[in-house]
Amino acid sequence: METASGAPAKIRLRHLAKRFRTRRGVLTAIDDVSVEIASGSFFMIVGPSGCGKTTLLRIVAGLEEPSAGAVEVARANRSKPVNAMIFQGDSIFPWMTVWDNAAYGLRLRGVAKSEIREVVGHYLDRTGLTRFADAYPHQLSGGMKQRVAIARAFANDPEILLMDEPFSALDEQNRTLLQQELLRIWEEHKKTVLFITHSVDEAVTLGDRIMIMTAQPGRAKATIDVPFARPRSVIELRADRRYGELIYRIWGDLREEVQRARAEAPA
Amino acid sequence: MSVEGAMTPLPPPAEDRLDEESLLAAQGYRLLSIASPLALLVLWEISVRLGVVDARFFPAPSSVAATLWAMARSGELWLHTEASLIRLFWGFLVGGIPALGLGIAMGLSPALRAIVEPLIAATYPIPKSAIMPLILLIFGLGEASKVVMVAIGVFFPVAMNAVTGVLEINRIYLDVGRNYQASRWQVFRTIALPGALPFIMTGIKLGVGLGLILIAISEMLGARSGLGYLIWNAWEILDVNAMYVGLFMIALIGFLLTHLLNALERWLVPWKSP
Repeated sequence: METASGAPAKIRLRHLAKRFRTRRGVLTAIDDVSVEIASGSFFMIVGPSGCGKTTLLRIVAGLEEPSAGAVEVARANRSKPVNAMIFQGDSIFPWMTVWDNAAYGLRLRGVAKSEIREVVGHYLDRTGLTRFADAYPHQLSGGMKQRVAIARAFANDPEILLMDEPFSALDEQNRTLLQQELLRIWEEHKKTVLFITHSVDEAVTLGDRIMIMTAQPGRAKATIDVPFARPRSVIELRADRRYGELIYRIWGDLREEVQRARAEAPA
Repeated sequence: MSVEGAMTPLPPPAEDRLDEESLLAAQGYRLLSIASPLALLVLWEISVRLGVVDARFFPAPSSVAATLWAMARSGELWLHTEASLIRLFWGFLVGGIPALGLGIAMGLSPALRAIVEPLIAATYPIPKSAIMPLILLIFGLGEASKVVMVAIGVFFPVAMNAVTGVLEINRIYLDVGRNYQASRWQVFRTIALPGALPFIMTGIKLGVGLGLILIAISEMLGARSGLGYLIWNAWEILDVNAMYVGLFMIALIGFLLTHLLNALERWLVPWKSP
């Protein structure tokens, strides 16, 4: 597989569609979305609430079946899991310590204890959680819990990483902090990331490419390249003239969709 | 008139001793809850000695204690207590373990839930004591019928709470399990069981209460040992003191088991904030 930019494609969505049968008829959540995501890139999908972007991610994660179309992931190593998802909201197990949560995927796969110790130790260190290894989630703040979720996903060493608005429940300062940490950890191996967000800011800050989705039914409206070099500083980025221009341009595409989504939303 | 002169000095800031005070209050309440049963016993003792209450029905605590001591020394007390505890133990295993497995499986599988739920709903309201004759008919007068009675009592609260416990688990955790390719057994072991454990512990505690009721009833019919037998036999020979000894022992077992289970819960569910 090869993308338009020349880099090999890691994820390919082909004419993906998802329809739900409801009492008021058939509801099309996603309609014919095709996209190729280059290996090692950070791909963002931004769209108004209810545009089906979470459904799309769940299909890629294998948590839901598409009504039509297909998801292809180019696998480099058959022994690795295909994907790991970082969910929106609290998804780390309250009955496990921080360490056990981060080790979850590796333990399920029966990885050797010494390797688990090494990998989990590394990612707890990278997320600043080493001191909290024995803590239970109820002792942690929202930002810390999401760090555990990040450590759990990265430690499992998947082919691709899926992120479903992982920072949407955090306050702005925490969000900025975690975005920076995520980028720093991601720089180590540059695994292909598919990241869903409703925040234009976040899309521009993190992404290499941004796909804008239409309001229901969700379609690919435009795909925009982000010109910023890596490694990035999420704070310094904002001083860049192109940062504001890019956000302004995306809002131009998105505004109409947001208004349409609001108009159609049930009162 | 100077403005300063009209000002009254602020009172010095109150010392922050709120924590200490509430701690004292908590200790005070604990003392009260120890004192109230003791006070009742003293009142009872005095009333018997003054002849206010009939010692034939309400023997003085001191004389019950003397009987208890005598039965403990003769070994009779231990014989009956041991018999009841062993039946309770086996009843708990025989009823509790299948209940746990079935309850969690029902919580995870809507199909199984649809099949089994009406059966449980239909049989649960039958008073367990009412099926005693049937159990005697099937399992005879031996140990098995007592164990089965306890098992039936334990089964329902544990199974029903396990179902609720699994259904109360946030769906996102099951999604995480699927995303990490957990097998059925791994979902059971790493998500359903620990997630449902707080509810399951509640079910087990309810099961203890029901188990004690049922062991007492089943030992009253066709048993030659056990605390239920002790109480029933005391009625037949009109040994009221021995009857109170039996009641006291059952209450003591219930009390100790509850504390044991609370400790077990704190150990098994350390992740629930206290």
